[in-house]
Amino acid sequence: MSAASTAEAPAFVAKTKTGRITDFVDQRVGGSGILREFGRKVFPDHWSFMFGEVALYSFVILLLSGTFLTFFFDPSMAETHYDGSYLPLKNVEMSVAYSSSLNISFDVRGGLFMRQVHHWAALLFVASIGVHMLRVFFTGAFRKPREMNWVVGGVLLILAMAAGFTGYSLPDDLLSGNGLRIIDGVIKAIPVVGTYISFFLFGGEFPGTAIIGRLYMLHILLVPALILLMIVLHLFMVVVHKHTQYPGPGRNDGNVVGYPLGPVYAAKAGGFFFIVFGVLALMAGFFTINPIWNYGPYDPSPVSAGTQPDWYIGFVDGALRLMPGVIGDFHFEYIIFGHVLTLNVLLPALVPAGIIFTVLFMYPWIERWITKDDREHHVLDRPRNAPTRTAIGVAGFTWYCVMWAAAGSDLIATHFHVSLNDVTYWLRTLFFIGPVIAFTVTKRVALALQRKDREIALHGRETGRIVRLPHGEFIEVHAPLDEYKHYKLVGFESPVPLPAVPNDHGIVTRKEKRRAWLSRWFFEDRVAPATPAELEAAHGHHAQPAVEAREESKSLSH
Amino acid sequence: MKALSQKRRHPLAAIALLLLGLLVTGGLYAVATTVNQAKASTTSFSSSDVEEGGKLFAANCATCHGMGASGSKDAPSLVGVGAAAVDFQVGTGRMPMQMNGPQAYQKPAQFNDEQTHQLAAYVASLGAGPAIPEESLLDEKGDAAAGGELFRTNCAMCHNAAAAGGALTRGKFAPALAGVSGKHIYEAMVSGPQNMPVFSDANVSPEGKRDIITFLKQIETNGSPGGADLGALGPVSEGLFVWIAGLGVIIAFTIWLTSRTS
Repeated sequence: MSAASTAEAPAFVAKTKTGRITDFVDQRVGGSGILREFGRKVFPDHWSFMFGEVALYSFVILLLSGTFLTFFFDPSMAETHYDGSYLPLKNVEMSVAYSSSLNISFDVRGGLFMRQVHHWAALLFVASIGVHMLRVFFTGAFRKPREMNWVVGGVLLILAMAAGFTGYSLPDDLLSGNGLRIIDGVIKAIPVVGTYISFFLFGGEFPGTAIIGRLYMLHILLVPALILLMIVLHLFMVVVHKHTQYPGPGRNDGNVVGYPLGPVYAAKAGGFFFIVFGVLALMAGFFTINPIWNYGPYDPSPVSAGTQPDWYIGFVDGALRLMPGVIGDFHFEYIIFGHVLTLNVLLPALVPAGIIFTVLFMYPWIERWITKDDREHHVLDRPRNAPTRTAIGVAGFTWYCVMWAAAGSDLIATHFHVSLNDVTYWLRTLFFIGPVIAFTVTKRVALALQRKDREIALHGRETGRIVRLPHGEFIEVHAPLDEYKHYKLVGFESPVPLPAVPNDHGIVTRKEKRRAWLSRWFFEDRVAPATPAELEAAHGHHAQPAVEAREESKSLSH
Repeated sequence: MKALSQKRRHPLAAIALLLLGLLVTGGLYAVATTVNQAKASTTSFSSSDVEEGGKLFAANCATCHGMGASGSKDAPSLVGVGAAAVDFQVGTGRMPMQMNGPQAYQKPAQFNDEQTHQLAAYVASLGAGPAIPEESLLDEKGDAAAGGELFRTNCAMCHNAAAAGGALTRGKFAPALAGVSGKHIYEAMVSGPQNMPVFSDANVSPEGKRDIITFLKQIETNGSPGGADLGALGPVSEGLFVWIAGLGVIIAFTIWLTSRTS
C-alpha cells in the first residue's frame, strides 16, 4: 500500500503499467461497470437468431468498402471520353461518373474487388434483413413488448432498399440509367405534382446533369446516417427487451436461457463477422456482379433486354410488368382537367408496395386487436402452433414472390423455353389466387403438423418395428419421447376464439363484432396440445395389449 | 459378353450408361459444332453449284418452300432472299426446320459446307438478294468501341447489352451471340432471319457491321474480368446467387456456430 493512499482513495493499485492505465481510464469512464452489466447479458443459441447479425456485419462491410470507393468515385455528370484500359469502350463519350466507375474497375488496384464486395454486401444486407424479418414474423417475436422494434426493423428495410437503389444508380451505366428512367416514369405518373417532382429531382428534364451528384449525397450521407441511427435504436431495444427464445423445458417469459455475451457470444459474434466478411470476399473474388463495362454509358435511347433492378426492388418492377396496358376496350389512362392520370403505371408501382408495407407495419397491432393479447411474450411460437398467422405470412410472402418472379419473366421465358405471354398470364393469375392457395395450404399443413405432434406426444415415436403378438395381432412398436422433445410438443398455448363482449355501456359495438368474427377466423381451427389427462389415458390404452403379451410389453415400453 | 450382362443390374450401371450417353452426345456435338464453324472461302457460284443446289432444294426444301422456291401456305417464297439468308439458315442448322413453332432453333447443321454453298447458289440464282459477306468484313479488326455503340443502340434491346440473349413475345426470343461466327452474325443482320429485323447497308453500313462483329468477338474473348459471369444476365442471376449460394453458405455457418448446444 502506497503512502499516497488515504482513507477515501481506492486501496487498489494495479501491478503492471497497462493495469494502471486501464484503471485510470476505468475510474473516469466507468467502463468496467458497463462491461460487467453488458457482458452478463444472456443470449439464447439458435441459428435462426443470427440473421440480424448478418445484416449488421454486411452493413459494417458496406461502410468499409464504400469508404474505399468514395476515394476514387467522381459523381460528376460532365461529359468526357473514356481513356482507361478497357478497350471496347475506348474513346466512347460518357459521363465522368461512369468513367470513374470504370477506372475503379480496371485501373485502381483492388478496385474491382472492392466494388464487387460492396455490391454483394448490399445484396446480402437486404436479403438478411428480409430473412430476419421472416423469422421474427413466423415465430411471433413482434408481439409485446417488441412491436416498436418491429417497426424500426421495417424502417431499416425501407432504408436499406433506398441505400441500395441510390447506389445502383451511381455508376451511370446503361442498366442503372434504365432503372432511373423507370423511377422517373413512376414519379411522373403521380397525379398533378408528378411532373414537378420529377423536374425538381432531376434538375430539369430527365436525365439532366444533376441526378448522380444528388443521389451520391443521399447514398453516402443521409441514408447511411439514418440506417446507423435506426440500428442504434434497434439494438438498444434488443438490450432493453432481452432476446426471445424458443420454447423448451425451463424456458419461460421471465428468463432467458443461453450463454452470456462475454466471453461466449463476444467470441462467436466477433468470429462470425469475419466469416461473413470472408464469404463476401470469396463471392467478390470469384463471381462478378454488375459488370458495368458490359452495359456501356447511359444514353436515353438504348434499352437493353434483361434490364432488371437489384433483387430488392424487383417486386415493384414485376408489378409494373404484370399490369396490362388495356383490358379489352377498357383502358387505364385518363385526362382530367388537362392532367394525365396513368393508372397502369401508378397502380402497380405504388399499390402493391403500399399494401405490403402498410400490413407489415400494422401487423403487430392487427393481431393484438384480434386476439386481445396484451401480455408480454418472450417465448416464441413454433410457426405451426400459430396456424393462421403462419398462413397469413406465407400468403403475403407468396404474393411478394409472384411479383418478384414477374421481374424475371423474360428470363423465365427464355430459360424454360416458354412463351413470355404465357408466363405473364400465369403470374397475373397467381397474383390474385396465389396468396389464397398459399393461405389455405399453409394453414392445413400447420394444423396437420400439430396433429402429428399431438399424435407423437400421445403415442410416442413410430419405430418401424412391427411385432406380432401371440394371438396373431400385429402392432407397430412406439418408442416414448425424451422429456425435452415431449415438452416441445405439448408446452404451447392454443388460444380459443374470443366472442364479442359488451363495452362499459353494455353495448356490443359493430367494431367488436368484427373483431369477434376475425378472432373466430383466427382461432377456430385449432389443435389443442395434449393435456396430462389425455396423456395418461393414452398410456392406459396402450397398456391393454401389453397385458396380453407380457413378454413383449417390456420392449414396447409403454 | 456374359460378364457385361451379369453386371447390368449393378447399382452403378445406370450412372455408367448415363456417362457414356453424355460422352457420346457431347462428342458428337463437339464434332458437329466444329463442322459448323468452318467458313466458306468463296462467294462465287459456278453453274454446277446452282444445278446441284437445285437438286438438293427439290429433295429437302421444296416440301414447304415449293418447287422453284415459290413458297406455299406453310413457308415463304425464297425468291430474292439471297445467298446470305440460305447460308445463315442452313449453316446454323435452323433450316430444314425441325418443326413449326414460334421460331426455328439452332441445331447441328444438316448439310456440309459444300451442300450449303450449292443451296445458296441455287437460291441466289432465283433473284438478287444479300450475298454472303466478303472476308474483309469479317476480319474482326474494326473499331470495337464504335461497334459497341452501334450494338447498344440497334441490337441490345433484344439481344441484351452483353449479347446474352433475351425474350420476345409468344415464345420467340433473341438468341445469345457468344459462339456465333462473324459470317453468320453479318448474314443475320443483312437477311433478318426469324423475328429479327433487317439491318440494311443504309441502316448500318458494312463497316458498322464489321465494327459490331469486332465488338462481339472482343467481349467474347475478353471473358469476364470480374470472375464467373453468372450467365451475364444481370441482376436476376445475381439476386438468385446471393439468395441461394450467399445466404446458403451463411446459414450453414450459423448452424455450425450454434450446433454445440441445444
